[in-house]
Amino acid sequence: MQETMIERAKALMESKSVVRVVGWRIGEFGYDVTPSVFTTVDDLNGNFVYNDFCGSNLSKYLVRLSCEEGKVLVFLKPCDTYSFTQLLKEHRIHRDNVYAIGIPCNGKIDIEKVRQAGGEGITAIRSEGSTVIARTLYGEKKFDRKEVLSERCLNCKSKKHVTYDELLGEEGEVLDSHRFDMVEKLEAMSSNERFEFWRNELSRCIRCNACRNVCPACTCEKCIFDNDNSGVSNKAAADSFEENMFHIIRAFHVAGRCTDCGECSRVCPEHIPLHLLNRKFIKDINELYGEYQAGSDMETVSPLTSYTIEDDDPSIVNRRGGGHDA
Amino acid sequence: MQKESLIPSVGVVTDIRQETPDVKTFRVVGLDGKKLFEHKCGQCAMLSVPGVGEAMISITSSPTNEKFMEFSVKKCGCLTSWLHSMEVGQQILVRGPYGNSFPVDTTLKGQGLLFIAGGIGLAPLRSVINYVRDNRENYGDVQIVYGSRSKEDLVDYKEILDEWAADSTIKVNLTIDKAQDNWSGHVGFVPNYVKELQPALSKTVLICGPPIMIKFTLMGLKDLGFKETQVYTTMEMRMKCGIGKCGRCNIGNKYVCKDGPVFRFDELGELPSEY
Amino acid sequence: MLSLLKSKLNEFFELVAKETLVYLPVDNSSGQASYQKWKEGVVYSSALNTVRSAKDFFFPQMENLMDFKMQGKSVEVVDTRVEKEDFVIFGVRACDVASFSILDKVFLADPVDTYYQNRRDHAVIISMACSKPESTCFCPLYGIDATKPEGDLSAWETEDRIFFKANTQKGEVLLNNASRLLEESEGQIVEVQRETTKKILEELPFAHLDLSKFKGENLMELFNSPKWAELSQSCLGCGTCTFVCPTCQCFDIKDFDTGHGVKRFRCWDSCMYSEFTKMAAANPRLTQLERFRQRFMHKLVYFPDNNEGTYGCVGCGRCLIKCPVSMNIVKVIKQLGEE
Repeated sequence: MQETMIERAKALMESKSVVRVVGWRIGEFGYDVTPSVFTTVDDLNGNFVYNDFCGSNLSKYLVRLSCEEGKVLVFLKPCDTYSFTQLLKEHRIHRDNVYAIGIPCNGKIDIEKVRQAGGEGITAIRSEGSTVIARTLYGEKKFDRKEVLSERCLNCKSKKHVTYDELLGEEGEVLDSHRFDMVEKLEAMSSNERFEFWRNELSRCIRCNACRNVCPACTCEKCIFDNDNSGVSNKAAADSFEENMFHIIRAFHVAGRCTDCGECSRVCPEHIPLHLLNRKFIKDINELYGEYQAGSDMETVSPLTSYTIEDDDPSIVNRRGGGHDA
Repeated sequence: MQKESLIPSVGVVTDIRQETPDVKTFRVVGLDGKKLFEHKCGQCAMLSVPGVGEAMISITSSPTNEKFMEFSVKKCGCLTSWLHSMEVGQQILVRGPYGNSFPVDTTLKGQGLLFIAGGIGLAPLRSVINYVRDNRENYGDVQIVYGSRSKEDLVDYKEILDEWAADSTIKVNLTIDKAQDNWSGHVGFVPNYVKELQPALSKTVLICGPPIMIKFTLMGLKDLGFKETQVYTTMEMRMKCGIGKCGRCNIGNKYVCKDGPVFRFDELGELPSEY
Repeated sequence: MLSLLKSKLNEFFELVAKETLVYLPVDNSSGQASYQKWKEGVVYSSALNTVRSAKDFFFPQMENLMDFKMQGKSVEVVDTRVEKEDFVIFGVRACDVASFSILDKVFLADPVDTYYQNRRDHAVIISMACSKPESTCFCPLYGIDATKPEGDLSAWETEDRIFFKANTQKGEVLLNNASRLLEESEGQIVEVQRETTKKILEELPFAHLDLSKFKGENLMELFNSPKWAELSQSCLGCGTCTFVCPTCQCFDIKDFDTGHGVKRFRCWDSCMYSEFTKMAAANPRLTQLERFRQRFMHKLVYFPDNNEGTYGCVGCGRCLIKCPVSMNIVKVIKQLGEE
């Protein structure tokens, strides 16, 4: 697939259909790929890579890149196309300046899982069928691919691309993913247990903002947390409850627009399962307003930005005498 | 416990002068009525108000003033707006002095001096001008070229007319950007005025003002034959600690709060242009 | 050499904890290690290093500097500094120990930062030698010997023992206090471990990068290099690298109105953030390129220029592991260091 992608990119570049290509650049060890812009054929030949570690969602870079002169070619995995579609719906990307190629994906590997399974001193790593082989300072090690797949890939919601100009490989299907299983487990806990769970997880937060900066739904030119006048802009938790507020506020801000791409949890240096907060909101929206997944098509309006008579009213509306029970 | 630089002293504002619509000069002394600390020409202090913020402001009064310190502040942000709404008797927090100073007792001694200022840029240079006046025999000719948007935007106007221009050993050249009815003086931007005046090449230049004014004036001075080694300026950067630790004002291998804010132009030439 | 049977490690901690606070790397709920206070039941982590560096002990993420009380027009400054208690940090790797001397150069330079100094004076550092470095480690590049870490007490872990060597008076005192648990042992096994580890360190992929170009005299050439555009392209500007880095020390000073007085505190900041250099007049670092460049120029050129060639990096490899887009100082050194 990597070769096909490079050939296609080169062809489009040579025919001047696109001026730049956004993809992944090879690193030192095979797993440290960097999202990158390629502007020459030589660069593509020498450094473009598509492997089991290309987990990054490239759609966010299009917010900036689609504003530049000339078309940009982007490679999107199925989950990335959800973010691409959502950003198009929000008018954050100039559609005419983007040529999107959908690429297949059978899950990406989480290098942390490899490390925790005994992968120390890795100097090179590759997949071969259902095995992952790592060359390390301490000898060769093998891993079962299923054991080291990213958490989010284990509940992949779809192998079907949503929006694209061209498709490489076979078209996939929407899957029955069980992605709300962990959310249900949390909902079944008592309030105290749940509070303890989140306080424990969020106590490790260092307010690095990686989750916010990588999130395709967070594209505000000036984030409320960077604005001194907002009252929530302290960089470090001035009191420990504040770090929890950051995540709760952010979850609210992206509710109804989160495409469940899982990037927030992937990039968190402290491995906080932030995607669970966002999945809870998606589950709630499904239950309150009907099934809705942001980015799954170009037409459906988000329930949080539209209104029907049948909508649930917040309880305060009922208490004050309005709503269905009035 | 040991003295800590980040802990300020409490000062009280004893006088407030409205210089221009957006500039006020504040007179500050300690709670005992005496000067809070000694300083050198060009040094700054961190002024702050609890809950509002801290800002580095240059000390505009001369070190030879034994009674009080003065700060000229332009209203352009949270802290400065708060300072502008102060009344006499208000206590504020002051810590300093920070930074290096103009070499008034070394390189500048015996020299002819040309001060070029724009707008609020006069404030740091005023400390040098008054120091020079109080030690007049140590310096050669003194010329001051000062310009602002309009007559109302000239800072320290009263002092300029009553004391500096009235001093026969000092030449004062004022200019404003656009002609107005109650002004019979020169009209034009500072860089052009400097070129017109053709100052003597033997002078050492001290310049402070908006970055664009400095850029064009420096170009003009070079055209006239001045070298970068005879022009000094004082720089502004966002500062937080003022003691070279927080990293904010770091440019190249210098910290503006510690190695500056006074720089000679050839020194600035060796730094990356991030200011 | 004095040594402790690993089966007695908990007794050791218990004994030391009677006199002072003890902190050690412990596995947390995410499976990674972080420094926690010792208490009964806590287990010393076998991880190579902690997620957050040990700089937290001397330069915490948030630190109260002083309080203010206001009434009418008057302002009162309340000095909230207190003498810290003594504390012991166990298991500090050579890279993190080396970072302390780098932070000292900033915080202990005149005028001395008394908050930092107080913590530093009260700490007893027990460092732990490495025997299984990661491929992301590159401390040898900066002349740091991972097999012989500095600190008040150096320690080496073998299969069933921990060997100690005191380097300072504080270290001697601690060993004396724990003497009933320690035995005099043959130190040869430590030398063997050191030799084996040194061979691995030699083979580390980044142990021999070329730093020769990163000198003050090349400042402008490096600053103006066209390679920064590509290097900074994918940078998210998140600040993760600065927060896990043991030598990054930029901070912000902010005021917090508690409702009954104002607290002035200091907190970590990052030169990667867009608002870092914002002034009333302008912002000299408007795009991520300028900010990305600043961080690495500071670590590789500006800091060594002011500090007799000491680089602002200890090769711990945390930025290699934690950057969401796999950008790191090694990639910068390689790209800019080549002719």
